[in-house]
Amino acid sequence: MATTAEHFQAHADDHHADHDHKPAFFARWFMSTNHKDIGTLYLIFAIFAGLIGGAISGIMRLELAHPGIQYLGAVAQFLDGGKPVDMNGALHLWNVLITAHGLIMVFFLVMPAIIGGFGNWFVPIMIGAPDMAFPRMNNISFWLTVAGFCSLMISAFVPGDAGGNGAGIGWTAYAPLSTYGSNGPATDFAIFALHLAGAASIMGAINFITTIFNMRAPGMTLHRMPLFVWSVLVTAFLLLLALPVLAAAITMLITDRNFGTTFFDPSGGGDPVLFQHLFWFFGHPEVYIMILPAFGIISQIVSTFSKKPVFGYLGMAYAMVAIGVVGFIVWAHHMYTTGMSVNTKLYFTLATMVIAVPTGIKIFSWIATMWGGSIEFKSPMVWAIGFIFLFVVGGVTGVYLANGGIDDVVHDSYFVVAHFHYVLSLGAVTALFAGFYYWFPKMSGRWHSEALSYLHFAVFFVGVNMIFFPQHFLGLNGMPRRYPDYAPAFEKWNTLSTDGYFVMSISVLIWIVNIIYAFTMGKKAEGNYWGEGATTLEWTLSSPPPFHQFETVPVIEDDGHH
Amino acid sequence: MAARLASIIPAKGSNLRTGLLALVLALAMLGLGFAAVPLYRIFCQVTGYGGTTQRASAETAGAVKVAAGSISVRFDANVDRGMPWKFAPEQTTQTMRIGARKMAYFKAENLSNKSITGVASFNVEPELAGKYFNKVQCFCFSRQTLRPGQSIDMPVIYYVDPKILDDPETRDIEQITLSYTFHIAADDPSKALDRAGPAR
Repeated sequence: MATTAEHFQAHADDHHADHDHKPAFFARWFMSTNHKDIGTLYLIFAIFAGLIGGAISGIMRLELAHPGIQYLGAVAQFLDGGKPVDMNGALHLWNVLITAHGLIMVFFLVMPAIIGGFGNWFVPIMIGAPDMAFPRMNNISFWLTVAGFCSLMISAFVPGDAGGNGAGIGWTAYAPLSTYGSNGPATDFAIFALHLAGAASIMGAINFITTIFNMRAPGMTLHRMPLFVWSVLVTAFLLLLALPVLAAAITMLITDRNFGTTFFDPSGGGDPVLFQHLFWFFGHPEVYIMILPAFGIISQIVSTFSKKPVFGYLGMAYAMVAIGVVGFIVWAHHMYTTGMSVNTKLYFTLATMVIAVPTGIKIFSWIATMWGGSIEFKSPMVWAIGFIFLFVVGGVTGVYLANGGIDDVVHDSYFVVAHFHYVLSLGAVTALFAGFYYWFPKMSGRWHSEALSYLHFAVFFVGVNMIFFPQHFLGLNGMPRRYPDYAPAFEKWNTLSTDGYFVMSISVLIWIVNIIYAFTMGKKAEGNYWGEGATTLEWTLSSPPPFHQFETVPVIEDDGHH
Repeated sequence: MAARLASIIPAKGSNLRTGLLALVLALAMLGLGFAAVPLYRIFCQVTGYGGTTQRASAETAGAVKVAAGSISVRFDANVDRGMPWKFAPEQTTQTMRIGARKMAYFKAENLSNKSITGVASFNVEPELAGKYFNKVQCFCFSRQTLRPGQSIDMPVIYYVDPKILDDPETRDIEQITLSYTFHIAADDPSKALDRAGPAR
């Protein structure tokens, strides 16, 4: 990416003292229209939601450490205000926990952090724009996401079904469990949370598309945009095409529940399998919505610390487009056991495997970018290489699961749990941490401790692999997902998995210490603290960037390679 | 009029125009999400997807040429959870020439002390046979209301289309299972009670 870093540097450094008129605290953070402030809000919110979602998985791992039901009753009693809870209530709590964990991690951690946080912060800067196209709509997007999260939290404290409080419908909200299978208002609150988060993301997507199409600096052609911007552009289109379908499906759930319609009820001529089709038409693109911006972040980092432009820039950009397009025609591979003909399975197996091709292009291009590069193993690079490794492990089990015949055996087992946590929990979250260490000094103006960042990585890497690698064995041996109890034969690997959770949570503590260190003792960060490999426009500005950036509109010239 | 309309449309290349185009795309997908309900039904009916059976008139059925081979049909009957009906086929299997019409009987009995209206959902297995399984007359075409304790025999008249022999995917099928499940009709008063579940 050809930019003219040097001649902006001087300019950016000296003007922020005079011209940075920031609004007062309340106006700045609660009525914000500044893309950087909204990005910061998204990141803080995502960290908060992620800690809750992570704590929920802690309760689940604790319960799963040994066979039998040990903790669920006590937790249910605590959440229900101290009233004694029977076994039914304890088991219902399990369903509530898996539902909340899934929804929080997908809609209130990964999406707000990677799209709302890093996307808002760096897409406008990377294309040389002063802000997002619709700054007020940006504000609405953020606060609707918060409202959605509140709705989900409320659902945990209102009646769910006969068993107790909370929505126990899984993140997939399959009918009829989510219609006449869960009578109380908790499920309505959970579904409404999805409506709000979905509306917020659709508005965010419209904002990103308009910004990227209309507000690029002179010379910043589509084919010169940094790959992170490309990744957010493709993601925005996926959001725009997938989320309205989810909105339609869950609106039909609401009317089936409350207004007597029978879209998914055979007693009135409906079909519950139709809900699964609609859900996964959204749900499969959704997994790419979470991982494509991660690909973008990794591309920036690998290029920066190899001090080379990304290998095969156009191939990398269009591989993401290809993943996005093909991602819309593979949804039924989540539904192999709903009773599909062999030919339908054949098609979905084939189409799913095709996705391995553009994904392979990305993996090999990252390796080729590193190849022959002058590699510096700064903390973001270490996290990025960790991402590539973990994502490949999850990708390989994905190709395995794509086969309709194999899926018949391991469907809804812990093998599937291991697979999607390798690509999302280990993949997307690792990329989030990589992006965090890459951009944190840029966003805050303060240095984190590199030593703590390496330690964070080492402990996290060991912890997550301890959690999820044994789950492959559990799944292949037939342990089903979504149950709080299991046969004693599965105990050893489950105990190890729970131990891994504690290792991983220590790494989160190290990360929090690192943030506190940065804000209290961290050195001031200069504009381009990663040096010559960092060539995108955010490195031409001070750290943190001025409240309104690009006093002089940057002009991007082609230097013959990307 | 055209000029006035043109003045409302945001200028080409403006943020508002791009944003509105994106919004239109999102709204179109929302519409498509709802349109999926009738489209899915039509798709299943036309292709026999999921083992959806076909419906034929008596004239069409009469014009079908009976083929040389024979095929057997197995019958399966279920009731939805919580529905107080007994429902069973009166024969386990029937064997007939491919293309020949055959009549099967199912018996339903209302075990409750309330009048209940039921609707039957249905399909065949293997699913690929759905396209070739034709019903001329079926209790599943309409709703059935049974008074308390009432029991009725319900006929199905069906045939297997000889085209099943021309399709390489289906010509080796020797037996088709025809399955029904009775549900309490969505607007039946006992439905609400059934679905309310035990009180907390």
